Amino acid sequence: MTKISRYFVPKFSWLALPFAAVFFLFFVIPLFLTIIVSFWDYNDYSIIPDLIFENYVYIFEGCFQFDADLCMTFKTYLSTLYFCLLTWGLTLFVGFFVAYFLAFYVKTIPIQIVLFLICTIPFWTSNVIRMVSWIPLLGRHGLINDTLIFLGIIDAPVEWFLYSEFSVILALVHLYTLFMIVPIFNSMIRIDKSIIEGAYDAGASEIQILTNIIIPLCKPGIVIGSIFVVTVVMGDFVTIGIMGGQQLASIGKIINTEMNYLQLPGAAANAVILLFITIIIIITMTKFIDIRKEL
Amino acid sequence: MHRTGSRGFYFFLIFFVLFALFLYGPMFSIILLSFQGPNGGLTFPMNGFSFHWFGELWKGAGVVDIGSAFRRSLLLGFVVMILTVVLSVAAGLAFRKQFRGAELLFLMTIASLIVPSIVLSLGVALEFRLLDETIKWFGGRFEIEKINYEFQTTLGMFTSGMGTQLTWTLPFGLLIMFAVFNRFDKSYEEAARDLGATQWQTIREVVLPIIAPSIVGIGLFGFTLSYDELARSSQVMGATNTLPLELRGLTTTVTTPIIYALGTITTLFSFVVIGTFFLIFWLLSRSRSKVLR
Repeated sequence: MTKISRYFVPKFSWLALPFAAVFFLFFVIPLFLTIIVSFWDYNDYSIIPDLIFENYVYIFEGCFQFDADLCMTFKTYLSTLYFCLLTWGLTLFVGFFVAYFLAFYVKTIPIQIVLFLICTIPFWTSNVIRMVSWIPLLGRHGLINDTLIFLGIIDAPVEWFLYSEFSVILALVHLYTLFMIVPIFNSMIRIDKSIIEGAYDAGASEIQILTNIIIPLCKPGIVIGSIFVVTVVMGDFVTIGIMGGQQLASIGKIINTEMNYLQLPGAAANAVILLFITIIIIITMTKFIDIRKEL
Repeated sequence: MHRTGSRGFYFFLIFFVLFALFLYGPMFSIILLSFQGPNGGLTFPMNGFSFHWFGELWKGAGVVDIGSAFRRSLLLGFVVMILTVVLSVAAGLAFRKQFRGAELLFLMTIASLIVPSIVLSLGVALEFRLLDETIKWFGGRFEIEKINYEFQTTLGMFTSGMGTQLTWTLPFGLLIMFAVFNRFDKSYEEAARDLGATQWQTIREVVLPIIAPSIVGIGLFGFTLSYDELARSSQVMGATNTLPLELRGLTTTVTTPIIYALGTITTLFSFVVIGTFFLIFWLLSRSRSKVLR
């Protein structure tokens, strides 16, 4: 972070205090309280300080009977992980090649900036509206169904385009591919072009350059983008709610529902488990790179 | 290698164009469909062309009070923007030199960016609920009438709601500041000092004007991210609802193109805001490059 400089840099460390205060009040304390309250008791209208493990026991009820069906909790986690994996794979594929085009094929910087902004601008608009905007395309009488029927490819409208796993994943890719593009692009423009020229002069093909030089050197960007996408999908309840027609389950939705019924300690226990799993995923991914070097 | 006009170039160009279509296509479809005729439905074909649904929206036909939700979001976005700019720039100046806890604060900032939103929303809701109960307990214990009769909750748009949104906007602000100071040419600062400027004068007269365009960028993130924020603040806005929260509610209840009209208006509003920020950015960088020449 801080580089040694031959210039004098004034010390203003106290200026970070208000910034730190916000994170203390709205990040550190809330997370601590969540852990504490996950051991509390509750009834219909209030939460009661206690030290019980029922909230956790309840979550894993029936999960360790191996002759029975998979319990609700494991099913939900599996389906959430499934959404994560698919979204991750798709955003990585699309994001990587969009960044690849921008970083290596677009030669003039102004055009690079304009194309980059084209990718970024939707990020500054409403997510809900971006989800809603799929309805005219995916609906039973949507553009895609109508076109397919017109072309004679299908006889009756496809029902699973909207309010399904398909539409959820489509929307997630639509919303979050940018999280892959930015860090991967950032890694790519740092690559010394002379390495690539050298490989090319030595007779390497584009695919060899891609797999032997660019992908290894982009690993940090890929990991950072992956962390963003995976964590955002792990805790998602808005996209799965709207695009799943409120029919699909996710951990985020369970927490949200429990909060609406004021079962706060139960929600807190679920949140702690979600946080725990998210942290494990992040640690596993950062094993592949030295993240400090990148900052 | 990677020549413009090569086969690879056209292949990836098409890939990029398809991606752009994927990004913007749905958006244009709802903009088009918001001009649906009075008898038109949620999907194509267009059943005539009219401003009917904008009129319905204006009349507020059965829809919740969108106008005041919009004004609330606008105000909140503005306040969050100011705070994001001020706090990020201040922290950015502090981070130029190593200080105790710098590493920890930075890790916390990054962690805040990737913590699942619902977890944070729950945590802040718990925090304010416990605060409420403490206040009520005090009211009962010491018989403070004002608390016992009037106090409702500390949860609100400008308390818990704003704080939660800041945990989402501030990390972007700080990352932009890092990017700025990594490229910052310190010789201008040195020159100012050699001419006898105090530390504050140097910051005010030299550093801030040079980084001004980037500060506008922080403002853009601060406003738009707050204006559209939904997941984090969903549990902590108290009695009031912001525009994104109302919009989410509408997705399940509204079955007419009125929601497209609304979507068109908010999207165009976002575009105007983004455009304004870019205009300011451009003007500032132009005047900056004149000075630094």
